[in-house]
Amino acid sequence: MTLLSSPDVARFVARGFLRLDAVVPDDINRQFLKEMGPETAEEMPLAHYGRLMKESRLPLVAAGTPLSKAYPNTSALSRFFELEDITGAVHSLVGAEPVVDHHFLHITFPPAALGEKSPVSQHWHQDSTIDPRRAFDIQLMYFPHTVTAEMGGTRYLPGSHLRRVSEAAISRYQNIKGQQRVTCEAGTVLVMHSGIWHGGGANISDQHRYMFKIRLCPTGAQSSQWDLRDLPADHLRQRPIFWVGDTREPDHIHTILTEPEPWFEFDTSRLEYINRIKLWRYMLGDESFDADYWLTRLENDY
Amino acid sequence: MMQRQQVLVLYLASSALDTPTVGWAFYDGTGVERHMAGDQDEPPYKTGLEALMDGWRLIQASSLHSHEQGNEFVTDYLKYEFFFEKLVETTP
Repeated sequence: MTLLSSPDVARFVARGFLRLDAVVPDDINRQFLKEMGPETAEEMPLAHYGRLMKESRLPLVAAGTPLSKAYPNTSALSRFFELEDITGAVHSLVGAEPVVDHHFLHITFPPAALGEKSPVSQHWHQDSTIDPRRAFDIQLMYFPHTVTAEMGGTRYLPGSHLRRVSEAAISRYQNIKGQQRVTCEAGTVLVMHSGIWHGGGANISDQHRYMFKIRLCPTGAQSSQWDLRDLPADHLRQRPIFWVGDTREPDHIHTILTEPEPWFEFDTSRLEYINRIKLWRYMLGDESFDADYWLTRLENDY
Repeated sequence: MMQRQQVLVLYLASSALDTPTVGWAFYDGTGVERHMAGDQDEPPYKTGLEALMDGWRLIQASSLHSHEQGNEFVTDYLKYEFFFEKLVETTP
């Protein structure tokens, strides 16, 4: 398997996602779409879901099933989880023995399947419910076919994963600076922290858009599961802050953890850095880590 | 003629109205415009002050709260929310 690098894990900690473009080969994508069930454009959404639930060969998986036992051998999803990049990302973030929480086929319907209704995007939401843990689940968003801008690919907000909100309570927001919308080649996978804000787009194309989401939970410690050999020996050492000269190291772990998103408020950007540093400590299994003194300053209490 | 309310919600980078917009929403009681999540990447006004200068009336601003002990570093909802309105004449 291809484990994640330290900068990749730090980017996941900071931004809440990793994007693996066209990582799934076409033959697996085609097999997945075949096992998913035949598409019928004329069906209304409820009828389409109803038929797929009845006819699809995508398996029913009980919550808590070990990932290694969830998908029948030779099925598209079994082959998906044998891919080195997928196995490596999963292992790096949720360890060797994750379990399946649930999976679901998300369908965004084109105008032709909506009758008199117009396509509307899904409100912003965070999945599940309020989650105060430092541990986290991951959600794999698998796009088995090409997604164009007209197809309403999933919208997500980088850096939102550590905000503690209650599911659809954020529906009021329509647009947020820095929001991203997925357009991608077939076989692209987004590996999301379970807390990231997201929603489906409006599909104004003439095709259905499919996305298969799989939520995986760790069953043990998530620390030091990636390839740590690239972690610099000086990553625990502090560097100058604020008055920093003209050199910038974009791949430095401290830089990655203290990079703001366009939507961060002035004051909460600092709280986000603090929460990222706490999560990196958890991932590293080392409570002495700090970046740019954000936590040391607060822990300096006598 | 009758009046209908248009509501603009801006989320700013701080409690000051002249700081940058980081999020926004628009709900049109006239039914003319339909906005939805993810339909714009740039805000209609760069700051709250710009909205005031364009005739929007501020009707609500989020208050500043003290920080609950033990939860000082928790982040959650967009923090600086400003509701604006315009009353628009429409025909039935």
